[in-house]
Amino acid sequence: MTQTEADNATNAPTSPQPVIRVVDLVKCFSGRAVLDGINLDVHSGETIVIMGGSGCGKSTLLRHMVGSLFPNEGRVELLGRNLNELEERDLNVLRLRFGILFQSGALFNSMTVGENVALPLREHTNLDEQTIDIMVTIKLEQVGLREAADLMPSEISGGMKKRAGLARATALDPEILFYDEPSAGLDPVTSAEIDQLIMDLSGKLGVTSVVVTHEMDSAFRIADRMAMLDRGRMIKIAPRNEFEALRDGEITGDEQDDLIRQFLRGDSEGPITDRRLSTGYEEDILEAAESK
Amino acid sequence: MSDRATKRNFVEAVGSRAIGGVSYLGGMAILLGQAIRVAPATLSRSSGRKALIGQMDRVGVRSVAVVCLVQVFIGVILALQLAPPLEPWGQVDKIANIIGVAGFRMLGPILTAVVISGFAGASIAAELGTMAVSEEIEALRAHALNPVRFLVVPRLIATFIMMLLLTVIANWMIAIGGYLISLLVLDPQVGEWYWSLMRDQLRMRDFASGLIMAGVFGVLISLIACYEGLRVRGGAEGVGKATTMTVVYSIVSIILAAGVFTTIFYVFEF
Repeated sequence: MTQTEADNATNAPTSPQPVIRVVDLVKCFSGRAVLDGINLDVHSGETIVIMGGSGCGKSTLLRHMVGSLFPNEGRVELLGRNLNELEERDLNVLRLRFGILFQSGALFNSMTVGENVALPLREHTNLDEQTIDIMVTIKLEQVGLREAADLMPSEISGGMKKRAGLARATALDPEILFYDEPSAGLDPVTSAEIDQLIMDLSGKLGVTSVVVTHEMDSAFRIADRMAMLDRGRMIKIAPRNEFEALRDGEITGDEQDDLIRQFLRGDSEGPITDRRLSTGYEEDILEAAESK
Repeated sequence: MSDRATKRNFVEAVGSRAIGGVSYLGGMAILLGQAIRVAPATLSRSSGRKALIGQMDRVGVRSVAVVCLVQVFIGVILALQLAPPLEPWGQVDKIANIIGVAGFRMLGPILTAVVISGFAGASIAAELGTMAVSEEIEALRAHALNPVRFLVVPRLIATFIMMLLLTVIANWMIAIGGYLISLLVLDPQVGEWYWSLMRDQLRMRDFASGLIMAGVFGVLISLIACYEGLRVRGGAEGVGKATTMTVVYSIVSIILAAGVFTTIFYVFEF
């Protein structure tokens, strides 16, 4: 099945027009294709998890979706606008409609947690200071950080930084939220708390969520649909239950399914590890010896 | 390797460096252009003005003691080194004239700029570099906030203003250093005439030419520091490299700019 066919089969649309469309996206760094012909539709209100091993291109794909990077070929349409064609000013208008939770939280270290959350409100709204204070309290309460409003980022833990980053990302009530490795480096309880926040934002407020992660527990908790990237190619897009079935199923001999299964299970043996080993070790040794 | 291949490699290396140099200067020119374009937006907001005052404190107020210390000693050194060759000619009192011109026209602005490139330039590059590494710059863009407006403009204007103010202070510190040596070490009478001789020697253009250079140095230091900081890649190593390169490029550009300006002032008898 081609990827487009896979898209058609698995992208059961919940709205007529996807809020994000990635079409035939190719991105090269130093002549090497990091993303190679990616197609992906994200529909309003859903939570899609993009997963893949380290260096597979998932963070690069996320950066294309938010207009931080631009493709060599193909396009990204966000809320109906082709990001390739937007001027910086128009892109900034669009940026007010989505939020990003960065891997590190990316809080501004020179400001308190409260000031971090207040910044988008101060810069992009005409609200008075009293209203902004109330909004900041509400946003921080949503992520359980009201008591940390006056602390500096250096005084709080990694999990708190991510929650504060999430409060800041939601300050302007975005329609879409992008999460870059939201659970990375967190203990299981904090990770589950972040997952719960993502689900709350999606379930209660109808926010569309795009989550990039390789934490499988987290991915299966929050995803409506999942997309698997491997070496710059999108190899499967499917509802969560299909991936669950694949994870729990037997090895079939289908290389792609087995590769995904190994990734989902975190097995130390399988197509992913075989691929790394089968690169002519003996020939390399002989070549090195001859050249000496 | 054949002689032809060696020559080709050499030409390629020179060409690559030249392209890199032009690209670097072009990048800085674009950054300066963007900063000038968005400066009104920074200054029209209270957050921008607050950031500017914070940067003026960081660039200027915190470095004033170091600048004073360095410049007083420059005055002391100049006086002590000028006295022996002037003495046989009975011209020790000309120390005031020479220190006045050298200090106000050149040493005040140049040495202040060198101190500021180490003190503020390195710290600006390290700060912005760390922000780039920790995704803060990207977070600003993601919130539709222009990093140039938020980060570059306050640092650029603060360094420009504080270089002017510090240079005024530095000029007087050099003069005071020379005065102290004249009065206490050389000849009390030279000390007595010192200020009137310096006043007779100095013209407004001596003061103005030094300040023009100080302003240019301020822009150069902050522009290099911001440019190096914003383009940091690769974690702590990248931050360290940016910090070092900021100091190196700043000092080299200060000396080159001083050479260019001195030549221009000489040609136009300013």
